[in-house]
Amino acid sequence: MAGTLEFSPDDRYNAFITTCRQAPFADGPLAGTAVAVKDNISTAGIQTTCGSRILEGYIPPYDAYVVELLRSSGAAIVGKTNMDEFGMGSTTETSAFGPTRNPVDPGRVPGGSSGGSAAAVAAGLVPMALGTDTGGSIRCPAAFCGIVGLKPTYGRVSRYGLIAYANSLEQIGPMARTVEDVSRLMSVIAKYDPRDSTMLDRPYDHRPSAEIKGLQVGVPEEYFGEGVDPRVAETVKNAIGVLEDLGATTVPVSIPGMRYALAAYYVICTSEASSNLARFDGVRYGPAVDTRKSWHEAYQDLRLELFGPEVRRRIMLGTFALSAGYAGRYYAKAQVARRNIQQDFERAFREVDIIAGPTMPTVAFRLGEKTDPLSMYLSDILTVPANLAGIPSISVPCGRVDGLPVGLQLMGRQFEDERVVDAAYAYEQGVRA
Amino acid sequence: MITESDIEHIAELADIGISKDEVPAFTTQFNAILDYFEVLDTVEGKSAPDAGIVNVFRDDEIQPGLSQEEALANAGSTEDGFIKAPRVM
Repeated sequence: MAGTLEFSPDDRYNAFITTCRQAPFADGPLAGTAVAVKDNISTAGIQTTCGSRILEGYIPPYDAYVVELLRSSGAAIVGKTNMDEFGMGSTTETSAFGPTRNPVDPGRVPGGSSGGSAAAVAAGLVPMALGTDTGGSIRCPAAFCGIVGLKPTYGRVSRYGLIAYANSLEQIGPMARTVEDVSRLMSVIAKYDPRDSTMLDRPYDHRPSAEIKGLQVGVPEEYFGEGVDPRVAETVKNAIGVLEDLGATTVPVSIPGMRYALAAYYVICTSEASSNLARFDGVRYGPAVDTRKSWHEAYQDLRLELFGPEVRRRIMLGTFALSAGYAGRYYAKAQVARRNIQQDFERAFREVDIIAGPTMPTVAFRLGEKTDPLSMYLSDILTVPANLAGIPSISVPCGRVDGLPVGLQLMGRQFEDERVVDAAYAYEQGVRA
Repeated sequence: MITESDIEHIAELADIGISKDEVPAFTTQFNAILDYFEVLDTVEGKSAPDAGIVNVFRDDEIQPGLSQEEALANAGSTEDGFIKAPRVM
């Protein structure tokens, strides 16, 4: 039943950068299902911008492996979703194509950086979408928009064709309105690809099960501490109570390395970005650099004009953190902190099967509320640990505060994505019953 | 403490243009962020050991890649099948 899907959405929330009015699809398990793809994932023949002017008009000559898998499973790729420029932000406001609005409350941000994918799903424009998560970029918008989003284990989904921002942290993952659809999309995209040398051959082929009797759920005190809105904390504790009612046992755990997590994360991601983003110079792709100017002058003029301030700030921070005399103090220390956090999680997972806490410390911000970079970075405190540790983490809606969605975050051992999916499914089915 | 001239120097190292009126705000923000990073001074422990990590790179065999036409399709400026870049010398 291959065919063409007509797609002309009322994109009132600015969820898309590019839409495909006639989206072809093949036969397969997702035949004819509209899927939106974040605009940092390469799509052959469809403009891919990373939310940046520096890639405006760039048409990838090849598909990312996840896109190849989507196409062969019958999905209709209906558009490319808005995002913070190069994934650098937690609100989708740093996009060069204007902010996306939160369908739950258009005066609020959808979260970020995969805010376009979350808004497209939450507004009902598509049943599922792909996002990417470097420090929370799938889970934050999922929580703010009231949908489900999974950051897979590092190495479970191919990054081939994902335009790199911070390679050691980022993963592509599924977003949808239900855990079942997140799991279905995960089954399509989590297949081994030798072109991503950080992958392991651990395909995901799983149907969610709501049976969680005897599951040991760790509750880290650090996830309910300073900076977390007490009403959000209470909503999440109630949700953990639902897991207990379903037969799970809660155990207090501790991730002491959390106090270094955010600093370590920002040193590592900006360092990797400063190297990755050097390729955007207007020579091979994007608006052309002026070849009559001298080398440095030409690049500096182009990058000032076409990179937004947050991207330039992060490239500069990374350049500084890696520079002679400072690399030992920042980059090397951040790697030690990262190792400590991984070990904290390993220790906790000897006692418990999953770890539960809030996805975000607050509900969605107002548009324009976060103007200071550091205060925006601080909002990522509960999501970055999973990226540093490489573990799977899912956000599932668990209630509202002031009418705005709150996300329950469930983290698991490396390559136990199935278990966090099951726990999220049990919760979702438990509150529905 | 990072000064405004440090900010201009870092921008130059990174080939990132920065306009004069942005420098004061970038400097303030940089210092706030670096103050926050100071927590890393108190981290204790060792970095990840290399042991147990195996190379998964493939052998260096020729495999199909992009055609020259595909590789040049997105370049803003080309000549005789080559990409043109700003002069280095």
